[in-house]
Amino acid sequence: MWRTFFEELGAKVVISSPSTKGILNKGLKHAVDEVCLPIKMAFGHIIDLAGRVDYIFLPRMVSVARREYICPKFLGLPDMIRRLDGLPPLIDVNIDLYRNKKDIFGPVKEAGRLFTESSVKIFLAFRRSLKVQKEYLRLLQLGLMPAEALAILEDRVKEPPPPCRDDLTVALIGHPYNLYDSYVSMNMIERLRSMGAKVVTAELLPEKTVREKASCLPKKLFWTLGQKMIGAAFHYLEEAGVSGMIHVAAFGCGPDSMTGELIERRARGLGMPFLNITLDEHTGEAGVVTRLEAFLDMVRWKKAETAGI
Amino acid sequence: MRVTFPHMGNLHISLKAMFHYLGVEVVLPPPSSKRTLTIGVKYGPEFACMPLKLNLGNFIEACEMGADTIVMAGGCGPCRFGYYAQIEHAILKGLGYDMQLIVLEPPERHISELLVKIRRITGNRSWWRVIQAIRFGFQKARAVDEIEMAAFKIRPRELRAGSADEAYNRALELIDRASSMDELLANRKKAMEIMNGVAVDQNRRVLRVGIIGEIYTLLEPFANHALERQLGRLGAEVDRSIYLSEWVNDHLFLGLVKGLRSRKAACGAAFPYLRHFVGGHGQETVGSAVNYARAGYDGLVQVFPFTCMPEIVAESILPGVSGDFNIPVLTLIMDEHTGEAGLVTRLEAFVDLLERKKEFKEAFVQ
Repeated sequence: MWRTFFEELGAKVVISSPSTKGILNKGLKHAVDEVCLPIKMAFGHIIDLAGRVDYIFLPRMVSVARREYICPKFLGLPDMIRRLDGLPPLIDVNIDLYRNKKDIFGPVKEAGRLFTESSVKIFLAFRRSLKVQKEYLRLLQLGLMPAEALAILEDRVKEPPPPCRDDLTVALIGHPYNLYDSYVSMNMIERLRSMGAKVVTAELLPEKTVREKASCLPKKLFWTLGQKMIGAAFHYLEEAGVSGMIHVAAFGCGPDSMTGELIERRARGLGMPFLNITLDEHTGEAGVVTRLEAFLDMVRWKKAETAGI
Repeated sequence: MRVTFPHMGNLHISLKAMFHYLGVEVVLPPPSSKRTLTIGVKYGPEFACMPLKLNLGNFIEACEMGADTIVMAGGCGPCRFGYYAQIEHAILKGLGYDMQLIVLEPPERHISELLVKIRRITGNRSWWRVIQAIRFGFQKARAVDEIEMAAFKIRPRELRAGSADEAYNRALELIDRASSMDELLANRKKAMEIMNGVAVDQNRRVLRVGIIGEIYTLLEPFANHALERQLGRLGAEVDRSIYLSEWVNDHLFLGLVKGLRSRKAACGAAFPYLRHFVGGHGQETVGSAVNYARAGYDGLVQVFPFTCMPEIVAESILPGVSGDFNIPVLTLIMDEHTGEAGLVTRLEAFVDLLERKKEFKEAFVQ
């Protein structure tokens, strides 16, 4: 969406390379020890861009829904980054829909001003980018993973991949920036698929379902992503076809420590097999694979048992 | 109804006073201890921050003593604290403790929202009485803060080791005992006399250290291993970026009482280091750091619980403040594994460093 927006305004867009160990190492070197893995990764990506671009677009994601926030580290990210030396100027507009959903155009205009004087041009570019975003969301709800949907949007693939053979469905719950970054998640989605499991995530559900499910909590969660995870988890826990749930958290993630607890309690209460995987820069790939294999074995046994074989 | 609430430093003195004033029965959990923490760690989520674990321990200990209602503060994010009460309630329920939960959320639009919640605790007592009770509790908080500030000044200068702490405990005891407004005023005076009566060496050279960070670990001596006392003993006069009464005024009264240091000033000073609030006290931490540096403090100690999100943001930014103002910052992260001996060693080293730096600076000026 942002790519379309800036390209419509005549800028050349460079996106940081896919995550690698090298990028993470750059991030580790410059971030404080205590931040979570995704932030270290973000540091790495930003440093990766330095020297290649004139501006870095790093909006301050305050809030993307009324009365909700993302997370404190997102709020502070531009300020944490600004401390680093040798970076091009940041475009750090505040995206803050805490009070009103319609506040989005303000920051968009602010960012667009750098490229053109004309408000109309910015507005048209923004409308065009929203259209792309809508199409992307539609593809997600067809059951595609974000990377696949993006590939289709950018005309890199003509047809969706052939369906894998699977005998069970596993719900994968976690922050999108952990799940869909194949380096961070150690390619978890592909791995599960190759082990014969169909993977469903929060992004496949319409927003309404998620919000409805999340609203059964005693108090509304004020993290948008946390709410999405909770809502999706509660939905999949009650869905008949889903036979196991994997919760992926980043080490030291604040919201995850709370939502994870709520989801685990509910899963335990309903007797759903539940695996919690915590990721950080020390997580070993072999260990994760072993745990996934063991988990799927367990889910299969349980399934066979209930089927009475 | 037997009401309980979590510990946070000397918070219990004013809360207890408020409830007693209203004739509500209070079950005060035992002061936070190793046992409290062990209980909390056992039942709380592994990666939750330490305050949650201590709260949980407090509640379970209070429940063992017969409490049936929890009164707790809330929040609306993005710091985790806003969801504490709900998680703790779910955990307690899972453990079979059936307790009623009343969460005092910061009023979003009007102070009346808070008053309605208080009503649920107080039942049929008149509004006037309720407001009087809140005033009484707040006055106690003010008195306690005054005593703490006096203790910060006296501790590094005391002639006989330990005399400041003795006076401090006696003064707090006096405030705690007061059961009416008149008695409180009289006792407050007496308490200050006790504090001023401690023999001190006015000419002793002391370092000035600002303590900044997350409110719970700032206020709760068990959580920060009595950081202020340790620093005082090492010859540093401390000041804390947050006092209980200021916090209550800012967050529950929406700044109704004038003349107190407010968070607005601290947040303003945070520009351009941190240009947006980040939940919790992240921006206040950065802003206070700037303020302390401008006021000529010798060093800063930042303290927060492990995985505290807003303070991690502040921690990432503090090196900028430290470099610009040439003021050393020591970051201490607390969790259930923090050992006191290691902490003391680090503090000693830090104070040594500050002393060396000060001597050097003074020599340079001469």
